Amino acid sequence: MSGDQDVILKLEDVSKVYSGTVAVKRANFEVRKGAVNVLVGENGAGKSTLMKIIAGVEQPTLGRILLDGEEVSFSSSGDAVNRGIGMVFQELNLFGNLTVAENIFATREITNRFRKIDRKEQERRAAEFLERLEAGIRPDMLVEDLRIGQQQLVEIAKAVSLDARILIMDEPTSALSAAEVEILFKVIADLKARGVAIVYISHRLEELIRIGDTITVLRDGRITGQAEMKDVDTQWIVRQMIGSDAKDFAKADGHVPGEEIFRAEDICLPRVTGGLAVDHVSLSLRAGEILGIYGLMGAGRSELFDCIMGRHGHSTGTIFIAGKKVHERDTTRRIRRGLALIPEDRQREGLVSTLSVASNLTLASLSRFVRLFHIRGAAERQAVAQTVRELAIKVADPAQEVSSLSGGNQQKVVIGKALLTGPKVLLMDEPSRGIDVGAKADVFRTMRKLSRDGLGILFATSDLDEVMALSDRIAVMSNGKLTGMFDRAEATEAAIVAASALGHGPVPHGEQGA
Amino acid sequence: MTDIPAKAAVTSLSSGSVLLTLMKARTFIALIAVLLFFSIAAPNFLSAANLILMSKHVALNAFLAMGMTFVIITGGIDLSVGSIVGLCGMVAGYLVLNGIDLQVGYTIYFNVFEIALITLAVGILIGAVNGLLITRLNVAPFIATLGVLYVARGLALLSSDGRTFPNLVGKPELGTTGFGFLGAGRLLGLPVALWILLVVALGAAYLAKYTPLGRHIFAVGGNERAARISGVRVNMVKMFVYMFSGFCAAIVGLIISSELMASHPATGESFELNAIAAAVLGGTSMSGGRGTIGGTIVGAFVIGILSDGLVMMGVSSFWQMVIKGLVIIVAVVVDQAQRRLQSRVTLMQMAKAG
Repeated sequence: MSGDQDVILKLEDVSKVYSGTVAVKRANFEVRKGAVNVLVGENGAGKSTLMKIIAGVEQPTLGRILLDGEEVSFSSSGDAVNRGIGMVFQELNLFGNLTVAENIFATREITNRFRKIDRKEQERRAAEFLERLEAGIRPDMLVEDLRIGQQQLVEIAKAVSLDARILIMDEPTSALSAAEVEILFKVIADLKARGVAIVYISHRLEELIRIGDTITVLRDGRITGQAEMKDVDTQWIVRQMIGSDAKDFAKADGHVPGEEIFRAEDICLPRVTGGLAVDHVSLSLRAGEILGIYGLMGAGRSELFDCIMGRHGHSTGTIFIAGKKVHERDTTRRIRRGLALIPEDRQREGLVSTLSVASNLTLASLSRFVRLFHIRGAAERQAVAQTVRELAIKVADPAQEVSSLSGGNQQKVVIGKALLTGPKVLLMDEPSRGIDVGAKADVFRTMRKLSRDGLGILFATSDLDEVMALSDRIAVMSNGKLTGMFDRAEATEAAIVAASALGHGPVPHGEQGA
Repeated sequence: MTDIPAKAAVTSLSSGSVLLTLMKARTFIALIAVLLFFSIAAPNFLSAANLILMSKHVALNAFLAMGMTFVIITGGIDLSVGSIVGLCGMVAGYLVLNGIDLQVGYTIYFNVFEIALITLAVGILIGAVNGLLITRLNVAPFIATLGVLYVARGLALLSSDGRTFPNLVGKPELGTTGFGFLGAGRLLGLPVALWILLVVALGAAYLAKYTPLGRHIFAVGGNERAARISGVRVNMVKMFVYMFSGFCAAIVGLIISSELMASHPATGESFELNAIAAAVLGGTSMSGGRGTIGGTIVGAFVIGILSDGLVMMGVSSFWQMVIKGLVIIVAVVVDQAQRRLQSRVTLMQMAKAG
C-alpha cells in the first residue's frame, strides 16, 4: 500500500450491532484521497452499514473513526457533511414534489436578506452542477417527472454540490444507462483529479475493475481482502466474496424429481419507466424439485414471482400447471389452481398484523373450512393446531395477534398460510430474510420435506451459499433476463456470480447455460 | 436484591392487566355511567315509555353506524349515508303517492312490501356507485362518498322540488296502505324498528365473526396487500361494505318516513357524523382492521342516551354539542392509551416467557 499521508479517513476495529445481529465485525478500512476506494461484497455483507457509519447516519457500536489522523464521532449525517463527507444513497432520497434545484439545496437553501429563498441563485448554481453531468436536466424540473436514471444523477449532483472531501457512492450506477455511466465516470475522474476521496460500492465487477484504485472485500460483516486494484482480477474478488465457511443447511435426501409440474413461457413485465422488469423469462419446474433463482437486487426475481401469481394485469406470457395452461389471470383463482407465494416483505405483504395467528394461517384457505357460508370453527381450529405443530411455530395461543411473534415464527405463519391452500407449486421470495439461525434451519428443513412430498419449489435469493446448498437446479437472473441455468452438479459459484452480473455492462449477453 | 425488581415487575404487570381490562370495557362502562347518571339526574328517565322512545332514536343511528363500521374496518369511510337516508325516504314517499307512471296511460302502484324492497334496492345501488368509484376509478373513499353525498341530496330535493311528500297513508283501492307499520307499529310490545335492528345487528355480527366475507373485511382493512396476495377479492369486499352501508341507510330512510308518514328531502342531514361517532366510540379503529358490531351498537346507545338525557335535563343544545364532542375525543384518547398499554403488557409477557 502506498504512503500513509494519502489516508484521509481511517476506521479502526469498527463493529456495528443491531438488535441481536452483528452487521460489521471489527473492520479496519482506509480511505485515500484522490483515489477511488472500492468496497464490494454480497448482499447483507455489511457494505451499506459500513458506509452509513462513515456518513454519520449510524454510529459504530465499537471502534474509532480517524479523520485526518484525529478521532471523530459523528452524531448525525449533518455532522459528517460539515466535516466534508457526502454520500449518494442507494435508495433515492429525493423529494419528488420539489424541483431539481430545490432538491440539491434542500436544508441548505440560499436565502436573501429577508430569509426568502433566492430561487434564481439556486437554479443558477444547480445548473452549473447539472451541466457537468450532461444529462439535459433543467434545474426547474420537478424530480418526479425525471426518469429513475436522471433522478440518480440529481442525487449525484446533490452530493457533488456539497464540495465534499470524501464522497461515498452506494451503487450509483444501478439505474443508469450505459451512456449515463460513462458521464458519471468522467465526473468521478474529475473529482479524483481535484483530490476528492471516493468510496465506491457496486456489484458490477467489470465496472469496479475499470474505475477502482484500491479494493476492499467484505463478507458477513468482516473484511476478507484488501488490495490494489491493479494486482487483482475477477476470480480473486469472487473468491474473497464467497469464502468457504459452510452454513447450516438441511441435507439433500437424494429423492428424484418427478414429472414437470410447472412451466412459465415468455414472461414479460414492462417497467413504468420504460424497458422490461421481467424480460422474456421461461423456465420449467418438476414435482419435488427445488429451483433456486439467484440474482442481485433489482434483477427481477420478485417481479417474476408477481407475474406468476397474477399480481400485474399488464404482464404477458403463459404459465402451465401440470401441463395444463392456466387461463386465470387473477391471484385468487391462481391460488385455487395450486400456486402459492411467500412474499419477500413479511410485514407489508405477508401478514395482516391486526389479525390473530389463526386467522392469518387460514386467510388464504378459508373456503376449505366453510359449509355454505359458515366457517366451521372446529375444522379451522384443528387445521391451525396441526400447522402450528408441523412447522414448530412457537405460540402460546393461536388467538394471539400475529404481531406478537418473533420474526422467524412470523415467517413460519406466512409459510403455513401458503401450505394450507394445498399448493402444487410454492414460490418463496427470500424465505430466510431477517430471521434468526434456528428459524432459518427450520425453514430449510421444511423446504426439503415439502419437496420430498412432491411439491415444486421456486425460491428466489441473493444469498449465494443458500442457493448452492438448497437447489436441485439454479437459475440466474440479471436485469430482468434469465442469464444462466445450472444443474447442481455443474454449478460453480464463480459461474453463478458471473451470470448474475451479465447485462449490466458492455459485456455481451451470455447464452442459456454456461 | 434481585428479588425486588422482579416483584415490582409482576405487580405492575398485574395492575396493567386490570387497567387493560377496564379500558377494554370502556364503552360498556360509559354506557352504565350515562344510564346511572341520567336515572338520577333526569326524572322519568327510566320510565318504560321513555326507554322505548330513546331506543327508537338510538336504533336509527345504530343502523347507520353498523354499515359505517364495516366500511371503516376496511379502511374507508362513507359520508353519503345521511343523503341516502333522505333520498330513500323520498323514493318511498314518491312510490306511495304517485306510483310509477309508465307514460302509456298506465300507472303502476306497488304494495308497501314492494315499495320497501325497491327502496332498499335504491340504497344498495347508491352504495354500489360508491364502491365502483372507489374500486374501479380509484377515487379516495372520502372524496367519492363526499361527491355522492351531494348528488344524492340534490336528487332528493329534485324529486319533489324541495317539497315534502305529505300524508303517506296510501289508498286502499290502490293497495298502498299500511306504510306506517315500519315506523309506528309494534310487535310484542316493542317497536318494529327495534326488531329490525335486532335482526340486522345479529346478522351483521354473525357475518363479521363466522363467515369468510367477514374475515376478509378485517383482512382488507388490516393489510390490503397481504389480503390480495392471499387471494382475497379485495374489490368485491369493498363493494360489499359500501352496498351494505347503503342498505342500512335505506332502512333508516324507510323507518323515518314511515314514522312521520311524510318524506322530507332534507332528512338525514349530518347523520353520517353521528354514525362515525358511534363506530369510533364503540372501538372501531379509523386506520382499519379493528372494530366490532357489538361495540358499535353500545357506542350508538351511549351517544343516543347522552343526547336524549341532556334534552330531558334541559341542557341547552349548544352545550350538548360540546359534551358530545368531548366524549368522542376522550373515547379515542383512551383507545390510543389502551393500544399502547396492550403492547407493553404483551412485550412484558413475552419477556417473562423468556
